[in-house]
Amino acid sequence: MEDVCSINNLVRCLVDGGMDAGLANFITILLGVVLVAALPLVTVIFLIWVERKVAARVQDRIGPNRVGPFGLLQSVADALKLLTKEDITPMGADKFIYNLAPIIAFASIVLIWAVIPFTPLHIGADLSIGILYFMAVGSIATVKVMVAGWSSNNKYALLGAFRTIAQLLSYEVPLVLALIVPVMLAGTMSMQAMTVAQQGMWFIFMAPVAAVIFFIANLAEVGRAPFDLLEAESEIIAGYNIEYSGFKFGMFMAGEFMHAFTVCVLLAVIFLGGWSGPFVHEVPVLGFVYLGLKTAFVYIVMLVLRSTVPRVRIDQLMAFNWKFLVPISIVNLLLTAFLLYIVRALGLAPAPNQATDFVANLPQTIVLFVGNLALVGVIVSMIRSQGRRQRLADEARLAESETEEPALPAGVPAGD
Amino acid sequence: MAVLNEWAFIGVFFAVAWVFPVLPILGARILAPHKPNPLKQSTYECGVETVGDTWVQFKVQYYIYGLVFLVFDVEIVLLFPWALAYNQLDLFAFGAGFLFIFLLADALIYAWRKGALEWF
Repeated sequence: MEDVCSINNLVRCLVDGGMDAGLANFITILLGVVLVAALPLVTVIFLIWVERKVAARVQDRIGPNRVGPFGLLQSVADALKLLTKEDITPMGADKFIYNLAPIIAFASIVLIWAVIPFTPLHIGADLSIGILYFMAVGSIATVKVMVAGWSSNNKYALLGAFRTIAQLLSYEVPLVLALIVPVMLAGTMSMQAMTVAQQGMWFIFMAPVAAVIFFIANLAEVGRAPFDLLEAESEIIAGYNIEYSGFKFGMFMAGEFMHAFTVCVLLAVIFLGGWSGPFVHEVPVLGFVYLGLKTAFVYIVMLVLRSTVPRVRIDQLMAFNWKFLVPISIVNLLLTAFLLYIVRALGLAPAPNQATDFVANLPQTIVLFVGNLALVGVIVSMIRSQGRRQRLADEARLAESETEEPALPAGVPAGD
Repeated sequence: MAVLNEWAFIGVFFAVAWVFPVLPILGARILAPHKPNPLKQSTYECGVETVGDTWVQFKVQYYIYGLVFLVFDVEIVLLFPWALAYNQLDLFAFGAGFLFIFLLADALIYAWRKGALEWF
């Protein structure tokens, strides 16, 4: 191993080759950046194909099948077509910000990949505040929507932008509240350490409610159905990116696809154990495979959801967030904190040297899982009683209007 | 050194990330036709000429959501250190965190009762 130059010992290799240490360091970092950034760029071409194929299968179609084997090169053809399309800047637009928006849209998503651990050895930058970094960079998406919608000087674009901002801001709250739970369980905010902490037991078994909230809030953050109000074609044509054409539009679309995939990777890292799996420490490259499989699972769930559920109205969207998701995530946070405290007081928590052991994690997991189940039970019974009250009120109103009905024709002037 | 390296990586990433979208956009500028005319560049509104200014005062409801979000986001960021050190907390710190979350819930109930969360 000592003689082989790989990405992990490149600095020493270059310095041994007679290069200045600072320069060697810089080259290594640059190479790492390009490698990490190229990964989402390559996958997004494939992802668009996957998305179209899955949507087609759900709708009993075949999907793209002309360009290349199984239509695999369809996205490449689309990108080439976009390259040759005229790029129109509307006269009323604020030119500088108008051109800046697609760049922000794309770059902000690429930046998230800096903190994603691919294997035990390969990670862009293992920041001690990886989760905060993801939230900070991820919310640049809000800025891009506002900038694009406002600078287009188009009423549809502005309407779409305002809607989207309201949606993104609102769903940020349950998203972050749900993220506090895994931070509490792992006792760290570094993505790599969080994955290591899940080697004994995945956090989705300890905090299923937080995982589901995280998934739903992320669906809204990336604007996927049923929360795809930002591109409600029937109401506001396309929303904030209506005036964009050519490759700038392509940047928005690619950014959206990449964002959707990125949140799936994050869900896999934070709740599904990331790269952890059998033999991963002997053969680190297996981490890629495990992470890829887990991500693919989450992504397929997202795609099937997208092609099967209808779009919600904006008042439903806001009510669902503020009156359902936010209260639940606050209660979930309190419950998890309380249960963790009890687990620790009773001595059921795994000892520090056994944190990655499956059996040592079992008591804690069972307590937390049962607590989460109880929470789900309470929520479901509350929804049921609310629904029953609603139905009784509706029936009462219906009965009332039926008794009034004979009076109605009397008010109508008798015809001929 | 190791910690500095991580942040150097982020710095280089920020410097390099915008190159990826800029390159194809510049490429499109070379490849794509460029024949602007006033009709083509007018604001798109389903064929109708646009009336009035777009940059006007907007529905206040959106800003109220923005304010509520601000309250929550600031409070939640303050919760992260508490969650991070959760394994080392004593009963007092534990109670303090609970009180803080209750205040958060209280803010939500206040906004709810005031009607700030109604879409009208």
